[in-house]
Amino acid sequence: MKLPAARWACLVALAVCPTVPGHAQAPASSSTPADPRVGLKPGFRNAGEAARNMQLVATLPKPDGFFDPKAPAGPVTPPEQPAPPDGATAPERDNNDATPADPNAPPGTAGAQANRNPTISFANSDLAFSGDLMFVGNFNGFTVYDIEKGSKPKLLSSVVCPGGQGDVSVYRNLLIVSVEQTRGRVDCGTGGVKETVSPERFRGIRIFDISDLRKPRQVAAVQTCRGSHTHTLVTDARDRDNVYVYVSGTGVVRSADELAGCSGKDPKEDPNTSLFSIDVIQIPVKAPERARIVNQPRIFSDPSTGALAGLWQGGNHGPGTQTSRITRQCHDITVFPDIGLAAGACGGNGLLLDISDPVHPVRLDAVTDKAFAYWHSATFSADGSHVVFTDEWGGGTRPRCRPEDPLTWGADALFDVVDRKLRFDGYYKMPAPQSKLENCVAHNGSIIPVPGRDIMVQAWYQGGVSVFDFSDATHPVEIAFFDRGPLDAKDLILGGYWSAYWYNGHIYASEISRGIDVLSLTPSEFLSKNEIEAARLASTSDLNVQLQRRVTWPRSSVVSLAYVDQLTRSRAIQPARADAIRTTLERIDRIRSARQRGAAAVVTQLDALAAQLESDARAASGRDAARLRALAATLKDRATALR
Amino acid sequence: MLVQPGAPGQATRTITATRATDTSAIQATATDVQFMQGMIAHHAQALEMTALLASRTNREEMRLLARRIELSQSDEIGMMQRWLTTRGQTVPDMHAHHDHGGALMPGMLTPEEMSRLEAAQGQAFDRLFLESMIRHHDGALTMVNDLFSTEGAGQEPEIYAFASDVDADQRIEIDRMSAMLLEILK
Repeated sequence: MKLPAARWACLVALAVCPTVPGHAQAPASSSTPADPRVGLKPGFRNAGEAARNMQLVATLPKPDGFFDPKAPAGPVTPPEQPAPPDGATAPERDNNDATPADPNAPPGTAGAQANRNPTISFANSDLAFSGDLMFVGNFNGFTVYDIEKGSKPKLLSSVVCPGGQGDVSVYRNLLIVSVEQTRGRVDCGTGGVKETVSPERFRGIRIFDISDLRKPRQVAAVQTCRGSHTHTLVTDARDRDNVYVYVSGTGVVRSADELAGCSGKDPKEDPNTSLFSIDVIQIPVKAPERARIVNQPRIFSDPSTGALAGLWQGGNHGPGTQTSRITRQCHDITVFPDIGLAAGACGGNGLLLDISDPVHPVRLDAVTDKAFAYWHSATFSADGSHVVFTDEWGGGTRPRCRPEDPLTWGADALFDVVDRKLRFDGYYKMPAPQSKLENCVAHNGSIIPVPGRDIMVQAWYQGGVSVFDFSDATHPVEIAFFDRGPLDAKDLILGGYWSAYWYNGHIYASEISRGIDVLSLTPSEFLSKNEIEAARLASTSDLNVQLQRRVTWPRSSVVSLAYVDQLTRSRAIQPARADAIRTTLERIDRIRSARQRGAAAVVTQLDALAAQLESDARAASGRDAARLRALAATLKDRATALR
Repeated sequence: MLVQPGAPGQATRTITATRATDTSAIQATATDVQFMQGMIAHHAQALEMTALLASRTNREEMRLLARRIELSQSDEIGMMQRWLTTRGQTVPDMHAHHDHGGALMPGMLTPEEMSRLEAAQGQAFDRLFLESMIRHHDGALTMVNDLFSTEGAGQEPEIYAFASDVDADQRIEIDRMSAMLLEILK
């Protein structure tokens, strides 16, 4: 989230970019004309809910210490001002709760007092997972949950250590947390730092030892010039002694008196400026207290001129286009070490990086988009062949899913990775129009590992959670959703989902204001029981969403059946062939060993079916050809295991 | 269990919820309030400058620029007014900076400079407008810098985020205006 907002980019939209008919936020093909998400009842704990093909299985309010008891939902976000007609006078504010309050009045009486602590002091943020544990970042620290039973998370500890945004990653017994605000203290204190320059201030990444989950200990704290808005864990298969962290800082550069070498100057004035780079931190796994910055690569430079500011300079792309931010840092980076690539969402550009040497990332490609205001985050498809970039138009604090908002603005842009370059395929935006009291724009999500398809679950702040299929990246389609009404009936209160991630069978969603929600997918015409079950089987021992790994599925009939369901849905398999595969899989599931009666016959059947499928694949094209081949491979694999 | 770690190497202790949510030390300071009040006056003058533009320029990109500045600054003015009001502080009148003897915030035009801009037309206006607005925006950067250079100021999360944003936005606009000015001077 960018706070408080990239405010004006959006307003320019209304001024110079009249909405193109048919492209505005309105019930689209993937949502019905009467979308149940429209017009939901407002409320903090009792808002109206709408769901399709997914259900809410658990909801947990934020624990004590992580909300303001005087304003549990959070304070009101000031409304945007319509453009003044004469350009000289700001319009009168129309809210009636604006009576100046006596600053000495007892707490909780006047609206002004109730709003003293902005919600960004206590907002829930990103999530990380390890085994049966879930770590929930918060601007005031982090919380740890036991999710052995996904439908019944148990709070283990609440750790107070303010500084925002509280982006979290976990590696074995280490938890890494981002800190960016000037209030951050080395000692996790809540009192801020009074002095302008102080060794007590902390902005950067904190490293906690979580061996004792009830009492995590801070073991290291690496200071950076711009703090850490987000960070990304990076592992290197050839360097097991260290893990790396890419730090993206978006805040104000601090004084060199506080941290040596910091400079906020223009690169033309100071070639050593702290802007126009990312920080690469090395953490020795066995000695995390020795963590340090090992590189500040100039990944935005122009190789021909050597200029550090070599990418998008800020501004719009011509009449009717969005105004994109200048590229002088990344907002977030997602790495995929198994394929040596990273995707950077970096203000005005989307980047593809070669990270085969993680300390020295090399830019392979940089793209712009006429509809993007702020390149915010990136997600690779399970095989790394596509990238979903998000645009945080309005900074996350603004309503950007109103009926008049274009469906290509504040959306996801989907790219194909072709010859180590990014090629644009299409846009996806949660299609249901939201009210002006709901901050809404594309935000953090993760891949749901359904074999044979590209499916992602994504948080849209108060626009809810949306699950979409981008197997055809030129035509993404929503297949499931969950949404609540606005937090308040009268004002916009910052809230909604920051992150929604699939982890071993459930969708865990961190709600900024309300707490944690756990959701599950239900079978539908868009997604079968076998496909959901196959995704659950692709289980992982940990999950840091910005560190993607190659997905593998176990040897199981459910995985084969997921492909059969897909091929049946797209009519790419003859019903008789599909039946034969189902029957054979039922038979093989009853056979325990190669010596068992009938084993040889089943093996023969599997081989024959696989051969037929491979032949079908040669006549097919696109995803169906790949599914036929993948299905054949699962059958051959079962046959091999039985020989 | 609610706990609070210490500095690296130090022990983790328990903490009460009251202390965990005590943000009294990171509330807005007098400097923060003055920053917001001053910035309203600063932004108000930017709107007066852009209001002159329509009848004096022939360039479409100047109109677009002005529109963008109007939208962003009026939006920010609303945000600042709200910020001050919710803290029970005085919201300055939009035209307070016209008062004689009132101190101008950094980068602001004097009444004489405003009159000169008002009297200009066409290319001469465009040039003077860009030069003045670059200086004006540069003043906002100075104000942000002064804020963050004052003890205890800029700590409260909302003002921290706001001032960071003003800094980023105005730098972009300065870059754009500088490029436009170069184009005009060619």
